Amino acid sequence: MITKTGTSWANIANLRKCTLAELEQPEHFRVTVGMATCGISAGADLTFEALRQEIERNDLSDISLEITGCIGLCSFEPIVEIYEKGKEKVSYVKVDPVKAITIVRQHLLHGEPVEEFTLRGFLRQQREQKQRDAEAHSYLSHKLEPVTTTELDSRSRELVIEEESPESELAGLPEHFTDLPFYKKQKRQVLRNCGYINPERIDEAIALGAYAALERALTGMSAKAVIECITDSGLRGRGGAGFPTGIKWSFAAREKAEEKYFICNADEGDPGAFMDRSVLEGDPHAVLEAIIIGGYAIGASKGFIYVRAEYPTAVKRLNIAIEQAHELGLLGDHIMASDFSFDIELRLGAGAFVCGEETALIASIEGGRGMPRNKPPFPAAHGLYGQPTIINNVETLANVPGIILNGSQWFRRIGTERSPGTKVFALGGKVEHTGLLEVPMGITLREVIFDIGGGCPDNKKFKAVQTGGPSGGCITEENLDLQVDFDTLKAAGSMMGSGGLIVMDEDNCMVDIARFYTEFTVDESCGQCVPCREGTKRMLEILERITGGHAQMEDLDLLEELGEHLQLSSLCALGQTAANPVLSTLRQFRDEYETHIRDKQCPSHVCKNLLGYIITDKCKGCTKCARICPVHAISGKPREIHEIDLDICTRCGLCIENCAFNAIERR
Amino acid sequence: MCQSKQIEVNDPRFLELDKFLKKLQGEKGIAMMALQKAQQLFGYLPLEVHKHISARTGISVAELYGVSSFYSQFLLEAEGKHRISVCMGTACYVKGAQNVLDKLCELLEIKVGEVSADGLFSITAARCIGCCGLAPVIMIDEEVYANIVDLNELEQILDNYRLKDAAVGAASLASPGGKAEAEDPA
Repeated sequence: MITKTGTSWANIANLRKCTLAELEQPEHFRVTVGMATCGISAGADLTFEALRQEIERNDLSDISLEITGCIGLCSFEPIVEIYEKGKEKVSYVKVDPVKAITIVRQHLLHGEPVEEFTLRGFLRQQREQKQRDAEAHSYLSHKLEPVTTTELDSRSRELVIEEESPESELAGLPEHFTDLPFYKKQKRQVLRNCGYINPERIDEAIALGAYAALERALTGMSAKAVIECITDSGLRGRGGAGFPTGIKWSFAAREKAEEKYFICNADEGDPGAFMDRSVLEGDPHAVLEAIIIGGYAIGASKGFIYVRAEYPTAVKRLNIAIEQAHELGLLGDHIMASDFSFDIELRLGAGAFVCGEETALIASIEGGRGMPRNKPPFPAAHGLYGQPTIINNVETLANVPGIILNGSQWFRRIGTERSPGTKVFALGGKVEHTGLLEVPMGITLREVIFDIGGGCPDNKKFKAVQTGGPSGGCITEENLDLQVDFDTLKAAGSMMGSGGLIVMDEDNCMVDIARFYTEFTVDESCGQCVPCREGTKRMLEILERITGGHAQMEDLDLLEELGEHLQLSSLCALGQTAANPVLSTLRQFRDEYETHIRDKQCPSHVCKNLLGYIITDKCKGCTKCARICPVHAISGKPREIHEIDLDICTRCGLCIENCAFNAIERR
Repeated sequence: MCQSKQIEVNDPRFLELDKFLKKLQGEKGIAMMALQKAQQLFGYLPLEVHKHISARTGISVAELYGVSSFYSQFLLEAEGKHRISVCMGTACYVKGAQNVLDKLCELLEIKVGEVSADGLFSITAARCIGCCGLAPVIMIDEEVYANIVDLNELEQILDNYRLKDAAVGAASLASPGGKAEAEDPA
C-alpha cells in the first residue's frame, strides 16, 4: 500500500486524502478484527484466520480485512466490525471461527447481517437469560428441599419454552459499543484511533490526521513555540507524578549540549495496568509523532522507546511503524527536507519493575543493571550518557499531537483547571465491566466505577478502589465523590498513578491486599538502598504475621513507623511509595487489622490461616464431604452431623463447593 | 552459574552471535542487547556465553553477569523442553506429592531445578496450583495430570512426551523437502 513517493508534505497530504476516502467510503466491505494482546488471547487470531480463508475461498478479494487495536471492552472479545458504504457499521461480539465463517457467508456474500452474533443480539440473549434465571429462582425458592443441578436445568428449560421474546424488545438495546453505558461518559481523545485503524498501516493513521501536527511544528513553529504551546495546554505527566510536560521540556531545551535525547517510557509494570500497551498496539504512530515533535522542541536528534519485552505485539507494531515512517521520510536525516534530523530506536526491557523509574530506565538503556540514582541532577540536565534527556510516558506523548494541531485552548476545553485533558484507566477487579476507558479529568470515581464500570457484580458491597498500583493507596466509599485529578487524589491519601483501577468488594481482605502489594515490591526492589531492601521485607514479615494470626497490637505501630521511614529515606520513588498501600489501608481499615490480631479472624474470610470451617446443623449426614476431602479432615456417621478437624484441614474449600445443603460455612 | 550442559566452542550459534555483535560495534550500552540476542540463540546464558560476549565486546564477565542476574528475564540455567511442576501444596503433600517428586527425580536421574540428560525435562516444586480436590497433581507445561496415586503412571506419562518428540524429530528428518515446502506457500 505504501509507495515511496519522495519526501514532501504534499505527498503526505495526498496519501491522507486517498486513504481517508477509502476508509470512510469503502468500495466494498471493510472488516476489522480487534487484535490487541487481549483480543488475541481471547482467540482473535483464529477468528482472523478463519475470516481470511473464508473470504479467499469465496473469491471476495475486494473486501479489505484489517487488524485493529483495542476497542476497550475485554468481555466482548473477539470483536469483528463491518463497515459498508452508505450503511451503519455492524459490530459482532465473541466471534469464534465458526461464527466468523457464518458471517462471511451470510453478511459478506449476501449482505445480510447475522443478527444473533451482533452486539445487540448478544445483549438480548443475555437479558433473556437473566429473566429466565430470575423466574427459575423465584419458582424454586417455594420449594424448601435442596434441588440437584440437573433438576434445576430441566425446570429452567421448561421456562424457556414458555417464554416469548417479542421483536419489539430489541428497540431498547444498544446497537453500537458507543451506545453502551460503558461508553456514555467516556471521552476518547488518546484512544481515538484504537479499534478503528490498522496500526500496521501508516496510511490509515495518516488518513486520520497522524503527522499533521509534525507538519505544523516543522513548517510553522519554532522549538520555543512548540514548548510554549505544550506548557499553555497544562498537560501533565500521565505516568503518575503529574509533572507539567511543557516545563520539563523547557528544562532540557535551555541546556547547551552536544547531544540531547528524548525517551518514551513504555515500561508499564504495575500489575493490572495496560493503558500504554493498548495505545502502542492500537495507534503507534501517535507516539512516534509526539517523540519527533518532542525531539524537535528540545533539540535532540535521537529518541528511544523503552518498552517491556513482555509486550511482543507492541514491539512488533512499533518496529513496523518506525520502518514505515522511515520510508515516507518522517524519520531520519532531514525530515521532510527540513533541517531537522531525528531517529528513534527501540530498546527492550528484561523484566524489572524498577526500570519504570526514569534514572533506572536510563541505566538500563545504557546497558547496565537498572538501578536508580539520586536526583538531582534531574535527567533533563544530566540524563542518558550524561546528556540532557527528557523522559515521557506513552499516554502523555499520545496527547501531544492533538495539542500542537488544535492549540492549547482546545486541550483545556475538557478536564479541570489544574488537570486538563483526559485520563486513560484500566478498570479491573470486582467490577461488572472490566476494560480500558478514557474519561475527562474531574469525573468522580463513583461515575467511573458505577456508571461506566457497572458497580460490583453479584450485588456485593463496594469496599474500596486501589489507584496507582503498588505505589498508590485505596479510596473508600466516603471519598468516591472526589473528582479524579492529580491533586485531589493525592490529598485523599492515594495518587493518580499510571491508571490502574482495581475495585474491591466486601469479599476482599484489605490486610491481604496490602500484603500482596508489599510482596510485589519486595520482589521488585533493586536492593541498592537499605530502607527499601530491608524495610519492605520487614513490612512483609509483619503483614504475614498478621494474616497468619501471630501478630501483636504493637505490630501496627511498628508498621506505621517503618512505612514512614521508607517514605522519608528511600532512594527512589519505588521505595518512597512502597509503604503507601500499607499506610493507606491501615488508616482506613485499622479495625480490620485489629480484628485479625485481636480476634484472630479475617472478617472477609480470605486469610486462610484465620479461617475456621464449621459444619452447621443443616448437615444431613450425606457423607459426601467426608469422601471428597483430600486430606480426610472430615468425619462423621451417615445421617449424623459431621465434624471438621481444623488441624488437618487445609482450607481448600472443596467441601463448601460440594455440599448440597449449604451446611458448611467459613467463620 | 550452572553449566548443566556444555556448549561446544565451535557451536555454530556463536557465529550468529558474532554477526550480531559486529553490527553493534561502535554503539553504546550494548550489554543488554547482546545478552538478549544470546538468550534468544541459546535459550539461556551459561558462563561460556558470558565469556564469549566479554571477549568480543571488552565488557567484563563480572559486569555482564551483573546485568544478566539483575533482570528476571535472563535465565542463567537451562530449562528442559518440558517443565514438570510438582504441586507441593498442603493437600498434595499429605497425599504423597513428595513420593511423586522423588519418583520423578529417580526416573529422570536429576534433582529439582535440574535438566534431564536428553534436555527434555526439568523439574520444579510448585506452590499450590489450586487443584486440591485432584491431589496429588503434577503439571507438564500447561497440561495438568491429576490423582497420581500409582507411581508407575509417571513412567508412562514421560514416555508419551518422549515418543511425541521423537516422532516430530523423525518427521523432519524423513522429509528433507518438507522445510522447503513450508517456506514456499504455493
